[in-house]
Amino acid sequence: MATEVKAKKGDRVSNGKPNGASLFESFHPLSGNKLEVLDPNGKVTHPEWLPDLSDDLLVEGYKMMRFARIADLKAVNLQRQGKLYTLPVNRGQEACAVGSAMAIRKSDWLVPAFREIGAYLWHGWPLSTLYKWYLGLEAGGVLPEGVNSLPTSVPITSQLPHAAGLGHAIKYKGLDAVVMAYVGDGGTSEGDFSEGLNWAAVFACPCVFFINNNHYAISVPRESQTRAETLAQKALGFGMPGIQVDGNDLLAVYRATKEAVDYARAGNGPVLIEAVTYRLGAHTTSDDPTKYRTTDEEKLWEPRDPLLRTKKYLFEKQVWSDEKEEELVQYCTAQVVRATEEVIHLGSNPIPELFENMYESLTNSLEEQKRDLEEFLRWQGKRG
Amino acid sequence: MPIMTMVQALNNALDVKLADDPSVLCFGEDVGVEGGVFRVTEHLQRKHGVKRVFDTPLAESSIIGACVGMSVLGLRPVAEMQFDGFVYPAMNQIITHISRYRYRTRGQRNMPVTIRFPYGGGVKALELHSESMEAMYAHIPGLKVVIPSTPYDAKGLMIAAIEDNDPVIFQEPKRLYRATKQEVPDGLYRIPIGKAKVEKEGKHMTIISWGAMMHVCRKALASLDQDNIDVELGDLRTIYPLDWETIVSSVQKTGRLLVVQEGPKSFGVAAELIALVNEKCFEYLEAPPMRLCGNDTIPPLPRSEDLYCPTPERVHFYARKLLDYAT
Ligand SMILES: Cc1ncc(C[n+]2csc(CCOP(=O)(O)OP(=O)(O)O)c2C)c(N)n1
Ligand SMILES: [Mg+2]
Repeated sequence: MATEVKAKKGDRVSNGKPNGASLFESFHPLSGNKLEVLDPNGKVTHPEWLPDLSDDLLVEGYKMMRFARIADLKAVNLQRQGKLYTLPVNRGQEACAVGSAMAIRKSDWLVPAFREIGAYLWHGWPLSTLYKWYLGLEAGGVLPEGVNSLPTSVPITSQLPHAAGLGHAIKYKGLDAVVMAYVGDGGTSEGDFSEGLNWAAVFACPCVFFINNNHYAISVPRESQTRAETLAQKALGFGMPGIQVDGNDLLAVYRATKEAVDYARAGNGPVLIEAVTYRLGAHTTSDDPTKYRTTDEEKLWEPRDPLLRTKKYLFEKQVWSDEKEEELVQYCTAQVVRATEEVIHLGSNPIPELFENMYESLTNSLEEQKRDLEEFLRWQGKRG
Repeated sequence: MPIMTMVQALNNALDVKLADDPSVLCFGEDVGVEGGVFRVTEHLQRKHGVKRVFDTPLAESSIIGACVGMSVLGLRPVAEMQFDGFVYPAMNQIITHISRYRYRTRGQRNMPVTIRFPYGGGVKALELHSESMEAMYAHIPGLKVVIPSTPYDAKGLMIAAIEDNDPVIFQEPKRLYRATKQEVPDGLYRIPIGKAKVEKEGKHMTIISWGAMMHVCRKALASLDQDNIDVELGDLRTIYPLDWETIVSSVQKTGRLLVVQEGPKSFGVAAELIALVNEKCFEYLEAPPMRLCGNDTIPPLPRSEDLYCPTPERVHFYARKLLDYAT
């Protein structure tokens, strides 16, 4: 199964351009170009950059965007009813998540930040697992066998060095796999952004770093994070290709990520992608965006909704219909309800689980603390 | 049997494990070509290749962060932090990921990572080259903390740490790197993590220490003996998990406890040991347990270093006070 990744760091063609880098050349971070394939009305503006994507896969991608949207809305509603704890809102960023995840294989590794619900789901996370996380259960970090993903990383950007380490191990073991890692625009200011990308570049690790630039880190706008003109430009300092794409354009996101994944898989090292998008909802369920952005700005982005755009394109291609849409919404809603029912009644962890898994086996102090808690609960139980 | 310094014993442990297990990688700043600033990894790159033993960028957070990804794919990273005072840039990765990955994934993903670094003062080094912060690491749930005090233990503990499926902070007493030599067997052997050792039996009091301070205590033994103080000397070897049985049974026997610690006094390992004997064998105590520690200051720069670290004379002084305590 495992095949050796043959190409090495610095394995370049004679003109000095990295292998197969025509897209990266055209959209060099200093060119001022941003990759866009569809306009907000779903019209193809740049046919030359249309990805090689079957209608079936395209439709699957759209379906996943819809599923992610419905699952996200449901989670927000449940939180409002006090049934889930604080959670991030994904609405508006589905093309980034799904378009990028579509470009990797099941055997590749997903390293999420936390606002990529479409990528989690595409790569095989059960929705119920995500909901468990939102429900405050550690089981939300346990994945089914064969789902190659790290759990959600709460400290911003700390996951990028992990991605580099995964890439390092993939190379060391000669596995045929690529790492798809996410970070937000705010997250690019963290030290681990530099450390993770630098490690991946130095050791030519098969990693794709994907920035969800949704213009804000909670309330702080992208302009306050860096004086760099674009985030894609940061790639240059690490010696890797960078590309900026329209993050609300499923085709552009897929096109750029596929190219990046192929480039990394061929042994050329990492790539940085900046996807320009907008979160239409709040930062999390505890956030009030009216504090830091105008409704005018939000209105500007509503019509750029990635789902609208993709749907229009599908209609144009005559591979979609109102009936199919209705059927899809019903199907997704049923799935979401099912996942909700599966988790919503779950209570706190059983006591042994609170202590186990800190170490491979219980230490003396943990064993004593577990006994103390059980003793107290017995005493409490007897008092009634 | 070969005679080795602690540096040689550690080097040998890494060598033996690299040969034994292809999932073991050794890396860090200057670890590869140079063999580490203290030469703990000397010749290992030449022997095991640049893929197994390598120099990393000068970026501690990525050194430890990369260990997470490597561990998920079944490797056993042994990461060197160049000095005790330069682990701090990696603390986020240690606390927010390395220590809690197993818990957060309900045991699905473990972190068999060894983070090794020279620690402690007494070598007239620059600022931030003399830290003794084992209490801080021991306070982080999910980590094991190991500190050897002899070449023999260093090798056995290092092998045990690498083979352990939990993350181990492995502090190497830099001032003992070359201070003593000892017979160290070839090949693989392990000193179990979590087991202290009574190094010398005695009846008047128990002195517990670890790492570099063990050597200070050993040096005090002769003058204590002349003073007719018969000391039982115990070496913790592992800070977490603490070997309760060995400590408690020794104190039950002697009724007196002196803990000698290099790090700052307040909230330290010594405090934990004293709490332990109070909880477990209060009725055996013939005097309030005592601790001889570094001060709650940053370790002074070389000129004043000796006023900070416990010395054999101060061990003697404290032991005398402990024995003279009258109810
Ligand atoms: C190290 C760290 N600092 C602060 C936070 C609190 N925090 C959570 S999300 C967030 C903003 C992240 O912004 P960005 O990277 O742009 O991602 P987005 O939320 O926009 O998806 C902050 C500051 C954190 N989780 N981790
Ligand atoms: Mg953001």
